[in-house]
Amino acid sequence: MATDTAAQTLKPSERMAVRASQELQDRQVVFVGIGLPNLACNLARATHAPQLFMIYESGTIGTLPARLPVSIGDPTLVTDSLAIVSQADIFQGYLQGGLIEVGFLGGAQVDKYGNINTTVIGDYDNPKIRLPGSGGACEIATHSQQVLIMMRMSPKSFVAKCDFITSPGSRMDSTKPSPQLGRTRQEMKLPGGGPTKAITDLGVLEMIDGEFTLTEIYEGVTVEQVKQNCGWELKVASSLKTIPNPSEETLDILRNKIDPEKLYL
Amino acid sequence: MQHFRKPKLTPNKLVSMKEAIADAVKPGCNLYLEGFTHLISFAAGHEIIRQQIKDLTAIRLTPDLVYDQLIEAGLVKKLVFSWAGNPGVGSLHALRRVSQKDSAKKIEMEEYSHFGMVARLLAGSSGLPFWPLKNYEGTHIAEVNPKIKSIDCPYTGEKFATVPALNPDVAIVHVQRADKEGNAQVWGLMGTQKEAAFAAERVIVVAEEIVDTSVIRRDPNRTLIPGILVDHVVHEPWGCHPSYAQGYYDRDNQFYVDWEDISRDPASYKNYLDAFVFGVKDRHEYIQKMGTDLMSRLKAKPRKCEGVDYGY
Repeated sequence: MATDTAAQTLKPSERMAVRASQELQDRQVVFVGIGLPNLACNLARATHAPQLFMIYESGTIGTLPARLPVSIGDPTLVTDSLAIVSQADIFQGYLQGGLIEVGFLGGAQVDKYGNINTTVIGDYDNPKIRLPGSGGACEIATHSQQVLIMMRMSPKSFVAKCDFITSPGSRMDSTKPSPQLGRTRQEMKLPGGGPTKAITDLGVLEMIDGEFTLTEIYEGVTVEQVKQNCGWELKVASSLKTIPNPSEETLDILRNKIDPEKLYL
Repeated sequence: MQHFRKPKLTPNKLVSMKEAIADAVKPGCNLYLEGFTHLISFAAGHEIIRQQIKDLTAIRLTPDLVYDQLIEAGLVKKLVFSWAGNPGVGSLHALRRVSQKDSAKKIEMEEYSHFGMVARLLAGSSGLPFWPLKNYEGTHIAEVNPKIKSIDCPYTGEKFATVPALNPDVAIVHVQRADKEGNAQVWGLMGTQKEAAFAAERVIVVAEEIVDTSVIRRDPNRTLIPGILVDHVVHEPWGCHPSYAQGYYDRDNQFYVDWEDISRDPASYKNYLDAFVFGVKDRHEYIQKMGTDLMSRLKAKPRKCEGVDYGY
């Protein structure tokens, strides 16, 4: 069968991009990040969601990138956009104004509530590793109607508790003390809906009753493998779905049209 | 307290980068060298390094490579920022060397999110002491930055985060074109250029092209920064490399990728600064040193718009 050849060389990054693209619906307003989210969004646009409305943090609205953007401010994002706006407009009008339907996030650490750390590993004042910081992630997590997380699983990245919370999930929980610890998103009156799914290299975790639960695994992946790569006691759905391998056609678009230079795949 | 600002009406503000930096950037000042991936004045950053202007508070959403170079050169006392990395590539290694547990020497850091930094400029540019935003609940960002506070809305009683006004001593803004008075036109990504220019005490406009005022007047909607805010105008073609200027030249992505290795090792970092910053007297020499293929490799392909009719 044709799909066997494609499946034999399937990379985790390809599985993630394809699975994430399936979450997107035509005409949805998406806040796109560089890397895998960008691949997922542009794959969706090239397949089932040709009118996907893409907004990038640098201020491009209704973006139609002709090449794969290599940074969030790539000039290809500007050319042919519907509008270019200041960053004041991006954060106030588009994000805080509630226009973003789907936001994408990733990070160094995520917990079972979908809290994300992109700030420090270790103590804030004396960190083991200094990470880039929030950028727009905190406001994407706060204001998007729905957040999709894209991260590879490992016990170091899917942690029982984050060292620092940069972007809020469904409930605050962390190694770092805070007066807000234990409070839910609703109790803290966060405007957006928060993380709904984590698309990983092993499967999909879904936010069910405020906690990530394994609901889907890729072909060839075992539940045991997923559990071993998760730093907390992972809940598993009773009706676990298997994600079929992508079609030859989809892989061809992804590999040869979206990221031919293999920058992110 | 009413804050009046004196309009800067000098008809010809054109000076060299060397003169502009020497006059406007003082030791210990709060520096805002703007650019969000697009229009980053590496030329200004390199001149600050050549002049060894110390104890700077370096402020910007995305410190990028140019602030990392200021840090490696030992000129930064404090960094105020919201995302510190090599965009699309990796880390800022000079910053890592002065911000981690095993660092021999550390710099002060004050951290927001992008929205927080933008909000600070909005307050600073409009003469208000603070700006409200629906942010930071459920995170530790406000807890490690005591300057982020909160306010109860006088209309709804809802609680909002607030950030204090940011009024840099000097803002450096690279633009596509400006006249000699500093009326500056920008297209493509605008970042926080306008807000930074309005918020800062002193403003340096660096332009790819200097045009006659009549060119500016024929397309007034494109003017982002009025000359009355501007102290100095510097003509610096290719002044953003390895960053880019829409319609002029592309981002040198290969440089950003190579930088990861150059900057990880302090020795190769020093070699770079010695050769491409201290080893050249100005931007013109830097571009020459980058080699003949630079311009052919990165020069933008034309993509003109229809233009508009301002008639009445």
